[in-house]
Amino acid sequence: MLAFILRRLAQSIVVMLVVALISFMLFRYVGDPVASLLGQDSRLEDFEALRERLGLNDPAYIQFFRFITNAIQGEFGISYRLQQPVSELIMSRLPATIELAFTSALIALVVGVTLGVFTALRPKSLSTAIIMTLSLVGVSLPTFLIGIGLIYIFAVELQWLPSFGRGQVVDLGWWRTGLLTESGLRSLILPAITLSLFQLTLIMRLVRAEMLEVLRQDYIRFARARGLSKRAINFGHALKNTMVPVITITGLQLGSVIAFAIVTETVFQWPGVGSLFINSVQVVDVPVMAAYLMFIAFVFVVINLIVDILYYAVDPRLRVHASGSGK
Amino acid sequence: MRKLLLTASVLALGAAVMPASAETVRWARASDALTLDPHSQNQGVTHTFAHHIYETLVDRDVEGNLIPRLATEWAVKEGDPTVWVFTLRQGVKFHDGADFTAEDVVFSLDRARSDKSNMKQLHAGVQGVTAVDDHTVEVKMSGPSPLYPNNLTNTFMMDKTWTEANNAVEVQEAGSTDDNFAVRNTNGTGPYMLESRDPDVRSVLKLNENHWAETKPAVTEIIYLPIADNATRVAALLSGEVDLVQDVPVQDIERLGSSDGIKVTTGPENRVIYFGYRFGDAPLKSSNITDKNPINDPKVREAMHLAIDRNAIQQVVMRGQSVPTGVATPPFVNGWTPELNAYPEKADVEGAKALLAEAGYPDGFTITLDTPNNRYVNDEAISQAVVGMLGQIGIKATLASRPITQHSPLIQNSETDFYLLGWGVPTFDSAYIFNDLIHTQSGHYGAYNPSGYTNPELDAKIESLETEVDLDKRNATIAEIWAKVQEDRVLLPIHNQVLAYAMKDGMNLDVHPENQPRLYNVTFGE
Repeated sequence: MLAFILRRLAQSIVVMLVVALISFMLFRYVGDPVASLLGQDSRLEDFEALRERLGLNDPAYIQFFRFITNAIQGEFGISYRLQQPVSELIMSRLPATIELAFTSALIALVVGVTLGVFTALRPKSLSTAIIMTLSLVGVSLPTFLIGIGLIYIFAVELQWLPSFGRGQVVDLGWWRTGLLTESGLRSLILPAITLSLFQLTLIMRLVRAEMLEVLRQDYIRFARARGLSKRAINFGHALKNTMVPVITITGLQLGSVIAFAIVTETVFQWPGVGSLFINSVQVVDVPVMAAYLMFIAFVFVVINLIVDILYYAVDPRLRVHASGSGK
Repeated sequence: MRKLLLTASVLALGAAVMPASAETVRWARASDALTLDPHSQNQGVTHTFAHHIYETLVDRDVEGNLIPRLATEWAVKEGDPTVWVFTLRQGVKFHDGADFTAEDVVFSLDRARSDKSNMKQLHAGVQGVTAVDDHTVEVKMSGPSPLYPNNLTNTFMMDKTWTEANNAVEVQEAGSTDDNFAVRNTNGTGPYMLESRDPDVRSVLKLNENHWAETKPAVTEIIYLPIADNATRVAALLSGEVDLVQDVPVQDIERLGSSDGIKVTTGPENRVIYFGYRFGDAPLKSSNITDKNPINDPKVREAMHLAIDRNAIQQVVMRGQSVPTGVATPPFVNGWTPELNAYPEKADVEGAKALLAEAGYPDGFTITLDTPNNRYVNDEAISQAVVGMLGQIGIKATLASRPITQHSPLIQNSETDFYLLGWGVPTFDSAYIFNDLIHTQSGHYGAYNPSGYTNPELDAKIESLETEVDLDKRNATIAEIWAKVQEDRVLLPIHNQVLAYAMKDGMNLDVHPENQPRLYNVTFGE
């Protein structure tokens, strides 16, 4: 077990380094940060001087080495654009993204499982057909279109919910939450739905497929024969056995929910790390971009690690197999 | 309720003057001010925000005229044409209560022209600033500088004592690693005080009750909300969540104008959109003509000028929201004339083809057109239209579209044969255009002239503008330079951009040519 975790940790470090290297190489093609830092009145020698000071004239490997050495110490430098320490910026934006990501994951899980079970139990009803068709729309429509559509319906036409921002936030000292105020909660609804829609349909289809599979199993048939109540069969036996893959997928998807919150955050002007990243890309704010990509890589690595460990702990077969093969 | 509370608190403070009514304006823009340090960035969005908190010696009104602000008068010193004398407004106080004096002006100008300041180019000709008495300041220039006050409209005045006490004397450099107090705190003389700020999210400004102006602004509170996404920004106005949208997407102007409860004001912006191309004998890098440079032939440039249908670009690409032009300067700028501005009503395809054939290119040639795609209004679409128009006369242009951060290095490093660029003229004088776009690239000059165009005679004339004190003579030189620039077709101007502000009905705000609306000028009512 310990050897397993250590091995995974070592792998994770390699993954982080590779991400750092790739993102660093990409930055060379995003554009010239100097062009957006200096205005149209600046002279050529100003450009040159700034490039020199930012170390942009050094060879790429020296820049990369400098970046890695600083990053290991948790030092990501100062944002070119906002002139504030990057780690501070990311930490101040993180609560917004996390609240959004977890809320939408929760919506996706609850609604997705409910609809999945429903459609599995009544595979031939009209409502199932409608839900399945709508879910296709949910999977195929791009997030920004869904977001803008929701804004037009619920903010512009009906004027029920705010179209942008995070509403009133409460400062808890280390965490600024929008979950404690009415305007904060109202602001959360549209972006959370937008972000959850894709995961929701994914989970729903997964639960439905698994459930249909399980319902064909012998033990369900025997349970029916024994005269157990429908409820006990469906929820006590069938659903429980479909949940293992669902939990795995949800866990893994949480990483992508945080990472792909970018589009939703931009559409709803949600002040999270995703919109910070987009704003930074536009002006080639390399310190923020680098720190964000490293952060996302870190989130994925950690989630994968946890899922792996959970697998190991939850599924007895894995353990037996591992010891059987002498590892 | 808010009105009541505000009234109550104002009464409690015993303020002398009550605003007619307390009005909050929620102001949405595409982006946020980059910093609160007034000398750190020379950038429009940042300046616009700063103009509400800090003030400048002179300012520009919506017609583009210079008007007094913290300086009441300015004149060249008698007997010494190299010295400007500024008389300062009396009784002005900073937000923390300190008096505004000549010492603060000396300090602020020195800070603005210090090495790390991004405003320093505008003060490059300043040799020294001295306080004559508490309310008079003399600025000594390295030579006669008849237009220096034009450069002061975005140079803000800070309090010397406050800045020194907070260790913010040095300007926060672009890309530096230190954290500067002035980046996040303010102490200006302006009509509003900073109440709270969350970068990229929301900033709140409250009325400064002790401001020197006799008439109090109608807007007593400003909530500044950056909303990056175009559709969301417009939706926020439609749903009544914001009162003013400054960056209105062109395609939405008409629809917003016809929406209930919303009105749109438009006006010309101080920004011209033009094309440039490579001069010189060396063959173009991106052309099929490999033994010479077709563009270096005046007939080819004339043909390109004739091939472009500026009115069509205005109607189709810009949906009417642009002012076509035949000269690369906005109309507010000193040196602009209607004659220069004239341009062909429609494209003359036959004439252009004949010129190309005469120049020896009956089958045209190929070239790459570099265009930004996120900097100017519909920049990429304009370039696409021009590719089509040039195609009609046989010039096969390939479009290379990039974000501005990748486009700019091409210009700086002269790595482009044919490019689109926009140019604003903050000094409202043609010399600003000549210095950067026309003069041969060398030293302080020609920073945005990647074309290789060079004309020593013209260069000498451009340099003479800097020190010429006789304004009539100077204007005559400007006219001569423009005549030559037009004759040589150094630039291929398309149009001036138009600005649009959308706001709730009953609110009045004129378009500012530099896109720096001042919310203290907002009025309410029809």
